[in-house]
Parts: sequence; structure tokens; C-alpha cells
Amino acid sequence: MQDVFTIANKNFKSRLIVGTGKYKDFKETADAVKASDADIVTVAVRRVNISDKNQPLLMDYLDPKSITYLPNTAGCYTSEDALRTRRLGDKKTLYPNMIETIKSTEILVKEGFEVMVYCTDDPILSKKLEDTGACAIMPLAAPIGSGIGIQNRTNITLIKEQSTVPVIVDAGVGTASDATIAMELGCDGVLVNTAIAEAKNPVLMAESMKHAVLAGRKAFKAERMKKRKYGCSSSPQENLI
Amino acid sequence: MNNLNVAKIQLNGSPYEINIETNLNQLLNKLRIKKTKVAIEVNGAIVEKNKYPKVILNKGDKVEIVHFIGGG
Repeated sequence: MQDVFTIANKNFKSRLIVGTGKYKDFKETADAVKASDADIVTVAVRRVNISDKNQPLLMDYLDPKSITYLPNTAGCYTSEDALRTRRLGDKKTLYPNMIETIKSTEILVKEGFEVMVYCTDDPILSKKLEDTGACAIMPLAAPIGSGIGIQNRTNITLIKEQSTVPVIVDAGVGTASDATIAMELGCDGVLVNTAIAEAKNPVLMAESMKHAVLAGRKAFKAERMKKRKYGCSSSPQENLI
Repeated sequence: MNNLNVAKIQLNGSPYEINIETNLNQLLNKLRIKKTKVAIEVNGAIVEKNKYPKVILNKGDKVEIVHFIGGG
């Protein structure tokens, strides 16, 4: 049976979303994206360098017709304020400023954008974002780029339980097992950038993330066994020699 | 003496001179930028690509030409 991932009425095959920052070059970016099997990539929107227009372009390497571009400052075109606030956060921890995030979500939703919101792992604020009209909730597992994995499984589980829109763990994944844990907790997807881009072999790590997300998703769907305090034999105890 | 045929605009945050009556298609042609690769905002509002020939730039307009780059 196909396990379709739906965000804002659009269907995707892969539950892994990959970022396109921090790679050595666009070739490596494209190779990693291909190995990850992701249908969605995150991108940044920046000014074109008017004085040097011969620089290679991301779009020459990743065809926007075959892969979905998710601008990480979504909706910045029509709401200058929202663009600025999206960038607001603590400079050291890069934690999102949730008060400003809620305000910009409100503006962007009113303007008709589908907003997938990066946020802290706070269940109350996540609910507020959903009520404000976010089409996906993207709580951080840990500070962005930290690679230390899911710090608060309880919160991520609570957020998933209460949400009617997809919950995608965004930020903090360091290696494959972190992505698997996010999926085992029942999250709908995982977003990974630095863990792939900063691996010694990014393309191999991208492939590993693909399998990690698939494994975690299947484990979640299979519904894991109950935990026991003591050992329990797997072989029958009867008819021993 | 001021040249009446040119107008100063703000392009990506810097002053830039254009011929008067320049539309967005002409601006991109002059800059040798392919319209399929960028998005343009004029005075805070994004302009749809099919409207580029109709949008004539005026003195003082703030134009932002943006594109997608790698990001997480």
C-alpha cells in the first residue's frame, strides 16, 4: 500500500525534505538530493548579484519542474515585514522568535500563502500556529545545525498527537538514527540539511537518511512491541531436553 | 545638467540609472538576466512574469531582483 505524504493538498512520495545549503558546490547538492530521493528541497531567496551574473544557478542543477522548491522565507515577496520577522531569532542559538513567527504566519495566511512553519517544540505555540492557519508544523529537534538529535521526545510526541496538519521535524538531526526516531514518534516527515551537507560523504549520508526515514515510518506503522522491565525468552520453555 | 532621458531607481539596494519608459523585460535584457530564473519585486509587491512588459519603471522605484540559492 502506498504511504502518501500530503501537505496542503499536494501529495509527495518521500517523507524526507532536504535543505540545499552548505554544500561544496551545486553538483554535490544535486547528487545528494538525488541520493536522498526527496521530492521537496528547501531553498533561500536572495538578491541576484547584478555585477556578477555568470555565477552558476541552483535551478540549473535542480529542476524546479521535477522537484518542489520550498523557499525557507516563504511568502517574502509580498510581505516585507513577514520576511524580516522570519529571519528574526536569537543570533547565538538561532531559536525562532515565536511571537514574531505567529505574527508573520497570520499575515502570510491572510495573503493566501500555504505556510509551513519552523517553530520551537512547544505544544501550546504549535497549536496556536495550527489555529493561525499553518499548513504544516515544523518543530525543531534541537538548535538548527547542532546535529544533536531530538532533545525532547515528549514534546514532539505531544505536538504530533494534537496536530491535524503534518508535523515535520526540522533542525537538529545529526545522523540517520535521529531521523528514524522522529519518524518512530509518529512525525509525518523530517527535514535535514547540515547532517547531510557536513557529513564527510554527503551523498552517502543522503542515501542513509532516505532509508532512516523509511525505516522509522515503517516501524511506526507496524506499532512497536511493549517494553518490559525484565527479560523474556523468545524460545519455548516446554519440552526441554 | 540633468539628463531628462534617464531616471534613477534603487536596484537591489543600490542606485541604478535606467532610460525613462524602461519596462521590466527591457531591464532584464539590459542586465542580461533570464526572466525564467528570477522573481522581481517593485516597491514591495511581486510582479507576475506576464506583466513584465507592462510594468514601466519610474524615478525612485525600488526594484528587487531575487533568485533561489542553496539554503536549509
